[in-house]
Formats: sequence, structure tokens, C-alpha cells
Amino acid sequence: MSNNREAAASRRLPARALAAVGLGLTLFAGVSLADDHGEAMEMSNGSIIGSTCMGCHGFEGKGSGNIPRLAGLPKEVIAGKMLAYKSDGQEGTVMNRIAKGYSDEEIQAVSEFFANQ
Amino acid sequence: MSLSRRGFLKLSMAMAGVGAVTGLAGCQSNGSVTGAKRVVVIGGGFGGATAAKYVKLFDPTVDVTMIDGQSSHTTCPFSNLVIGGLKDIDEITHDFSALEKRGVNVVKGWVTGIDAEARTVTLKDGSSYEYDRLVVSPGIDFNYDAIEGYSEEVANTTMPHAWQAGEQTLLLRKQLEEMEDGGTFIMAAPPNPFRCPPGPYERVSLVANYLKENKPNSKILVLDPKTGFSKEPLFREGWTANYGNMIEWIGGDFGGGVTKVDPDTMTVTAGGTEYQGDVINVIPSQKAGWIAHEAGLADDSGWCPINTGTYESTMKPGVHVVGDACIGSPLPKSGFAANSQAKNCAAAIVAMFHNENPPEPSWVNTCYSLVAPDYGISVAAVYEVKEGKTVSVEGAGGVSPLGGKNAEKEAGYAHDWYASITEDIWGS
Repeated sequence: MSNNREAAASRRLPARALAAVGLGLTLFAGVSLADDHGEAMEMSNGSIIGSTCMGCHGFEGKGSGNIPRLAGLPKEVIAGKMLAYKSDGQEGTVMNRIAKGYSDEEIQAVSEFFANQ
Repeated sequence: MSLSRRGFLKLSMAMAGVGAVTGLAGCQSNGSVTGAKRVVVIGGGFGGATAAKYVKLFDPTVDVTMIDGQSSHTTCPFSNLVIGGLKDIDEITHDFSALEKRGVNVVKGWVTGIDAEARTVTLKDGSSYEYDRLVVSPGIDFNYDAIEGYSEEVANTTMPHAWQAGEQTLLLRKQLEEMEDGGTFIMAAPPNPFRCPPGPYERVSLVANYLKENKPNSKILVLDPKTGFSKEPLFREGWTANYGNMIEWIGGDFGGGVTKVDPDTMTVTAGGTEYQGDVINVIPSQKAGWIAHEAGLADDSGWCPINTGTYESTMKPGVHVVGDACIGSPLPKSGFAANSQAKNCAAAIVAMFHNENPPEPSWVNTCYSLVAPDYGISVAAVYEVKEGKTVSVEGAGGVSPLGGKNAEKEAGYAHDWYASITEDIWGS
């Protein structure tokens, strides 16, 4: 879990650093190699799990119709829901079946990923 | 905070790239003039477009080119709603403009060859693209020879498979609209493995819904070489609840496997019996898309063997195969699975470029099927790597409960899922 967090944090920094450097290069050489098309997504266990959640919960967890938005919710809220589905403390439709597929550590990691979106 | 090793690598690469560009100003190529790593993706469907977008997302410095024969993708998921008259085909067609906005170089063209040694892809117009890593997501092709009398021409004109969404989807819809009340719709279902396991049964459900509303004296006959099918108890319960006995299913152990068709007499032969239909939907057995065979990526099974997690071909190093074309079991051949596979593949490729270990692979598959417009069912599973193999996580997944208590809710979720996954891939 803490490894996931560290890994995620270590990968978030370079994209921003690179974007800043890229801006500098644009001024210097007239060529930008940095990302002009939005921020990079971290590469971590939380983001890989999270990216597959997006199949229903939408890109970056923005939600769609009655499928809830996850982006920007407090980590504790997302993790609490997932753990409730996992233990059948809360009844859903498909989420009870899906939440049982993840360890508590994975639930924490993916919750942090969506909280940061 | 200091810059991590990964950040340093990226920074070094970007700096090196400036020199290269300065030296070779004006050179137009997907080549390494910028010093960037190059990924070429063949196919703009669920697997390909996801791989293109997520490689770019995980590392925006990678030069990504996506090649597709069309300038948009019409999805097989929800094409049954077009056939059933519930959606227009434009609503399930997605262009590639959002990918272009993300910096993906989108090329319209037909790939005619892959040289895995030289790491180049050649197009019909003679142009070629170099790559460091290639992702092939060509979808499916058909074994027309498996059924006597069936051919691509018969499929295009008389007995559509409509198992690649597009013209044949519209042809099947038109045939249904022209059918008289009291007619018979016959489906020849495919043998395993095939694209979208619940798809044929959702299709007959939505055909039944159309006929019930418009031509209530009609019948549906499903001739199936298999002895069972995906979500069978749920489909059967839903069929009885919504359509009485309109749908008859004959399985493989009762002679359901279609061996011959005759488009002139509009008949099909299964288990030695000839059946006449007014509209006949023949979904033949399947294999990986053409280019996978041409490039030597498929084995004797007709599908492409890959390494767990990375999706790198076991037959051609440097080439990754995702989606329906790969042997991705236990994940089914579904759009959702292709999306999930492509994200893991994209992460593996970016990690390889940086000499890092990719994150632990993880997959989900959730397939909703509409038994009727307000009656949905689902199957879901979560997958992980255990002892070097992809396995379904024990104790997770499964199908909707019988009794239909969530059917209305799940019908709504089916639409919300479609909006989400298509937005994830082609929308932003």
C-alpha cells in the first residue's frame, strides 16, 4: 500500500516537471516535446485498477448517468463504499461482485487514485 | 522533492530530442527524428484506440500513430440496439478526433504487411511506418468455409452475419423491417470461441422485442452448435417473461449446428434437418483479423498467443496483440475486456521504454445485455496474475441474480456503461 502511494507520487512529479521543462524548450529551440494534450496519468497499481474501473465509471471517474462519479471524492468515502460492497454490508447490482475481486490494499490504492482526479 | 529516475530519463530523452529535431528540421515522419519512442497501433476499435490513448496518457513523449481502414469506428456493442430499432447507427459510431487532440497521429489506411524484424508496418498505398513497439488490435475475421454455401458475398447480400458493425447491421435491420408478420427469423449462432459471448442471445432478445411490438405472429429460431450459452438461465427467464414462447433455441446436442445454407431457397441445414427462414442471420465461426494471420501472429487455433500482462506476441517479439484477436482467456472476447487489456498493455510498453517494471496487471470485465429495453442482465469478473497466469479472482464476479429484481436498474446501467466506455476510448 505505502509502496503504491510512493510509486504513484514518484510518477506524478516527472510529468509536471517535464511539462515545465518543455515550456522552457519551446522558448529556447522553438520545439516543444512536452505534452500539449493534457496531463500525464500516473502509472501505479492504483491507476491501473482505476483505469479499468473507468470502463463503467467514465474517463478519470467522471461518472455517467446513474453510474456514480468517483473523481475527486474523498478517499475514505470511495474506500468505505468499496469495502461495504465487498462485505455485502451494502447491496448494489454489479458492485458486490466486483469489489470482492480486490484486496483491502488495492481498494485503498484505487480510492486514492480517484480522490486525486 | 527531487526528480525521480523516471523523470530524469524523460528529461534526458526530451533534451536529446531537441538536438535531433534541430538537426533535421522539416523532416516529416513518424520516425525517430524527435528522439521519441514510437508506438504504432493497428486498429481503432476498443483495443487499438484504448492502447493509443493510454500509451499517450502514461507517457506523452511517446510518438503514437494509430492506423485504421476507416475514419471512425462503429461499435459491435449496442449494434443489437440498431438491429432492434432502438438506436440509430450514428449513435454507435465514434470518430477519432479526440485521439488526434491528444496527440495521436491518426492514419486512414489498410495495413498490408508487418515486418517484425525491421520493425515496420506497410500500408496499401506504399507508405510505411517504423515502430519501437507495435500494437495489433485487428478484431475478428470469419471462417466462411465452415458452412457449405456461405461466403462473404452471401453475408453481404442475403444472410448477413452483422458481427462487425456497419453495412451488414443496416442490412439485417432492413430485412427485419421488410419481413411480413408471421415470418421466421433464424439465427445460426457461432461455435466457441467467438466475439461477445452473450451477443447472439441479446440480439435475438431485441429482435423479439421488435417483432412483439410490430409483427407479433412471427417466430425466432436459434440454431446453435453449442450445448449452452452465456447467461443462459437469465436469458431464458427474460425471454419467457417478455416474449412467451416466441424464441425457440436448439442446441448442439439436439442437432443445432448449421452445416449448410442456401441463399436461393432461404434455407439452412442443421442436424440433417432443413429449416426455412424469412430473415436468416448466419454468424460463422471466427478467427483473428486478417493482418494477424498475414503477419504470422496467429497459431493453429486461428488466434494470437501472447505473454501474460504485456500482451507481447509469443511469435513475434516487439509486437503486442490485444482485443478479440489475442488468446486472452479467461477474459472473454468483449469490448470491455479489450479496453482493459489495452490499458495493461500500454502500461507495460511505457514501462519497457523506461526499463522499469510495469504495475501489477489487473483487469475487469462487465458485460451488460438487454433482454428488453427495460430489462438488463450482467456478468462481471475481476482478473489477476497468479503463478504467471491470468486467472479470475476467486470469490468475485458472477451474473445477476435470477428473479429480475435488478433488471430495470441494469437496463439503465447498460446505457450508462456504453456512454462511459465510449467516452473513455474515443470521447476525451
